[in-house]
Formats: sequence, structure tokens, C-alpha cells
Amino acid sequence: MTETTTATPTPTPQHRAPRPLRALALAETRLFLRDPMTLLIAVVLPTVVLAALGAVPALREPSEMFGGLRFTDYFAPSLLAINIAVLGLQNLPTGLATYREKGILRRLSASPMHPAAVLVVQLLINVVTVVIGTALMLVVAVYVLDVPAPRHPVAFALTFLLGTSAVFALGLVIAAVTPRARLATGIGAVAFMLTQFFAGVYLPKFLLPEALVRIGEFVPPGVGAFQAAWMGDGPAPVHLVVMAVIAVAATTVAARFFRWE
Amino acid sequence: MPVIEVDHLHKRYRDQVAVHDVSFSVEEGEIFGVLGRNGAGKTTTVECIEGLRSPDGGSISVLGLDPGRDRAALRRVLGIQLQASELPEKLRVGEALELYASFYPSPLDPGELLERWGLAAKRDTAFGNLSGGQKQRLSIALALVGNPQVAILDELTTGLDPQARRDAWESIEQIRRGGVTVVLVTHFMEEAERLCDRIAVIDAGRVIAIDTPAGLVAGLSDGQRLRFRPSVPFEDAVLTQLPEVASVQRNGPQVEVRGGGDLLTAVTSTLARHQVVAIDLRLEQPTLDDAFVALTGRSTEN
Repeated sequence: MTETTTATPTPTPQHRAPRPLRALALAETRLFLRDPMTLLIAVVLPTVVLAALGAVPALREPSEMFGGLRFTDYFAPSLLAINIAVLGLQNLPTGLATYREKGILRRLSASPMHPAAVLVVQLLINVVTVVIGTALMLVVAVYVLDVPAPRHPVAFALTFLLGTSAVFALGLVIAAVTPRARLATGIGAVAFMLTQFFAGVYLPKFLLPEALVRIGEFVPPGVGAFQAAWMGDGPAPVHLVVMAVIAVAATTVAARFFRWE
Repeated sequence: MPVIEVDHLHKRYRDQVAVHDVSFSVEEGEIFGVLGRNGAGKTTTVECIEGLRSPDGGSISVLGLDPGRDRAALRRVLGIQLQASELPEKLRVGEALELYASFYPSPLDPGELLERWGLAAKRDTAFGNLSGGQKQRLSIALALVGNPQVAILDELTTGLDPQARRDAWESIEQIRRGGVTVVLVTHFMEEAERLCDRIAVIDAGRVIAIDTPAGLVAGLSDGQRLRFRPSVPFEDAVLTQLPEVASVQRNGPQVEVRGGGDLLTAVTSTLARHQVVAIDLRLEQPTLDDAFVALTGRSTEN
């Protein structure tokens, strides 16, 4: 060992480099911001849809059909599912599967940086974006469209945490088991549509059969719990527990099957 | 002490053996070639050296480190260019080098590397918009940005046009002058002949020869061909008794002598002693390709 240290060539003029993890986070954030479509759909779209609906006078009147709520109030929790699922089921798994397919993870593993770091960084970037998109919609809903603020803020935060975790964990499973990026995109799109359907984004829930609505309460991110925390009497513990179980189970499966190359 | 020592390396994927038995050592400061046709086990061998794959048998030491156990320490002193690895489409050339520089304790200056590899004008170009040759040069620059003691370059000139390939060779020699030991995986004979101090020829997962390019060529017993017209007739036996000569053939007035070693001196001096002048004397030197074909029975072009 000592011999190898003495064999070190005298260093050529050295370059002051930033910290590795910070540099990686910075680079990945830049790349994320260079994809305007994702930003548009994930951050802005749900808010725009809600604002557009709020511009229709008839939808600002309370109705028995919506349990005495206005349509905007009734529909807002469903819209939260859009940005959570776009980022968790499409952006995250497609990004990771692409990195694996193109050998970007492998290239990292040939450097002192472990490829797991890029996975964590992408996970964080997507989570932060979900938080920003959700916050934007809450602010616009409450301050612009006069939707009441969540009645159970702590329960709402918990519901958001668990629902988002469950969706992202499923996204990691997709990233783990799909050998090709295209397949990850395809499976992610199907999963995305299922979550949106059960969240009542495509058809508002009053148009869905009761059985589907009940099932939908257990489909991540669990819009039933969001609704109950926002407008109702608080989320049913069983819904939250199911989200937590899905999050833990799916993360375990993803960790078990994830391949770096 | 050798920089890299590979001892009876064995590696299989499921029931397919990729590397049967490979042993060689690489000395400090040399350019060591790993030559073989596609599928011979070259890449698997260097991936075991790099610690990207774990061997099923044998042992490897790189700068005194075990690639499996001392992975982290090895990563800091080893520059690796992978055969097929890309970067994110929208990552720019300068950003990529800055990023990878940040991973190493004492990196080279990314700006200088960009200059050296002819990428300075492409600093702000996204990876997805680079040509094949530019991607390849960036990949080499990334392998060197950590200021490695050993650089392992796998098929580095694949995808480069002839001019870019020559430029790359120039740069590899420059890297070596900087004190870096280089392991070059290639199936290009010209590249191996031009750059390598020593070459390990790998065929079907085994090392079948290790020597300098000249040594490999000289090892051919009948690789050289000497053609001439004798000024006066002479007996074949005058030449066939020479140890350097393998065969003598006559085509009309032309004589063709095949052999190895210092064939030219041996033949001309013997002819001179018999008062024969060799007119229109031509020597055809065998190439590394001839040596490779003789060693493996086929050329690299399958």
C-alpha cells in the first residue's frame, strides 16, 4: 500500500471542485428544469384546471350532488392526484430506467460516486416538485377560488405524505422491474391512468359507481383520504394504514429487484 | 512492482464461460494492449480489473488494491472509459466534466481537458447534440478527469473517423508521457501496433501470447518475405540451410524466400559470400495482423 502512495504522480495544477453530492444534485436539478413539459404538467396543470373550472359560474354554486359543496371544492382533492402520479409514476421511473438503459448508472459506478446517489437525488427532486405543485394548488384554491382551507391540516399533511410515498414507491417498483425505458414509460402511463381514474380525475366521483369509489379509496394516493382531510371529518385510519403498507411493501420489492445495469 | 496483476482470472455468466484463464501483469508507465476479436473476453477481463464484475476464480491486484474489496479506494485512482455508456441527453459537455471532476479528490482542470480533447468549442453543447466522435472524446476526457494513475480504455477509437482516431492515439501517448499507465482494449491491429508497448492476445477466454508488437511479429517463423532476382544462378540449399529461412520458391527468374528473425541480413550476406547479387530486392514485413492470424487462426474481422 505504501508503495502505491509513493507511486502517485505529482499532481498537475489542481482544480477546485465543488462537493460531489452537491454537484450531482445541482446537475440533476438543472436537467430537470430543462424539461419544461414535465414542469408544466406536474406543477401548473392541476392548478390551471381548477382555476378554469372555478371560472365557470355554475360550478361555483353549492349542490346536493356534491354533498352540499361547490364543484370546485369537491373536485380539488382529485386534482392533487395528477401531479403526484405524473412525477411518481411517469417522470421518476422513466428517468431511472433511461439512466440504466443508457449506461449512465454504470458510468457512475465506474467513478467514486455510487449510482444510488443519483437515485436518491432524482427521488428528492420529484418529491420537492410534488410539494411545490401541491402547495401552488392549495394556495390558488384557497386564496383565489375561495375553496375552504383544509379542515384537518395535520391529517392532510399526513395523508399527503403517505399517499405520495405509496405512489413513489410504486414508481420505484416500475423502475426496478422494467428492463427498458420504453417499457417503464408504458407501464408508468397505464399506472398513471388507473390512479387518475380511481381518483375521479377523468370522471368526477359522483358519476362513478359506488363500488369503484370505494375501491378508489385504497388506490394510491388515496384521494378519499385527501377529501376527508380537506373538506370532511378527517381521513379513515384504514385508508392511511393501507397507503403506508403499500409504500413499505413496494419500496422493499423495488430494493430487492433494482439493478444498476 | 507491477501496477496491475491478473492471476488465473476465470469468469462465467450462468453456464457460459467468458474468461477461461487469463494472467498478465502491467508495468508502471506502459501502454498495455488487450487484443482480441469481439467476444474473446477482453471486456469481461478489464471489467473484473475495474471491479465492475466479480471474478469466479483467480486473483487481481491493481496498485496493490483488490478490486472487489477496495472498490472505493480503487475508484479514486482508476480512470475508466466504458465501451457503451452515455450521459443524460441534456447535460452539457462542460457540466459533465465539472460534475465528474467533483467526484475525485484531486481532479484535473476540466477546461484544460476540453482544450486537449478538442471540445472547448462544444463546452455548452448538450451531450445529445454531439457527434459520435465528440461523444467518444468526451468519454475519454471523463475517464481522465480524476487524474488517475491507471487509465483503462475500452475500444476507445470505435466510432471515430480516421483523423480523429489518429488524434486520439496522439493523446494517448500524451497521457502516458504524463506518467499514467494505460490499458488499452482493442480489436484494431493498427492501433495496437502503433500504441502498445506490450500486448496480451486473448482468444476464446485465454491469453495466447504476451509480447511487444515487434516480438509478436518476429515470433512468426515464416512471416517475412524476401523477393529478388539473382544476378547469377545459385542452389536453393545455399539459403534453406540458414536457420532464418523457412522456404525458398522460384517463379521464373524471381526468388521468394520466406522466413523469420533477421532474414534480410542472413540472406544478403550469404548470397554475397556466394558472389550472388540480389537485384530488385524487396522485403515484405509481416504485420501484427499476420501474427494475430497465425496465433488465433482467424483475423479480427471474424
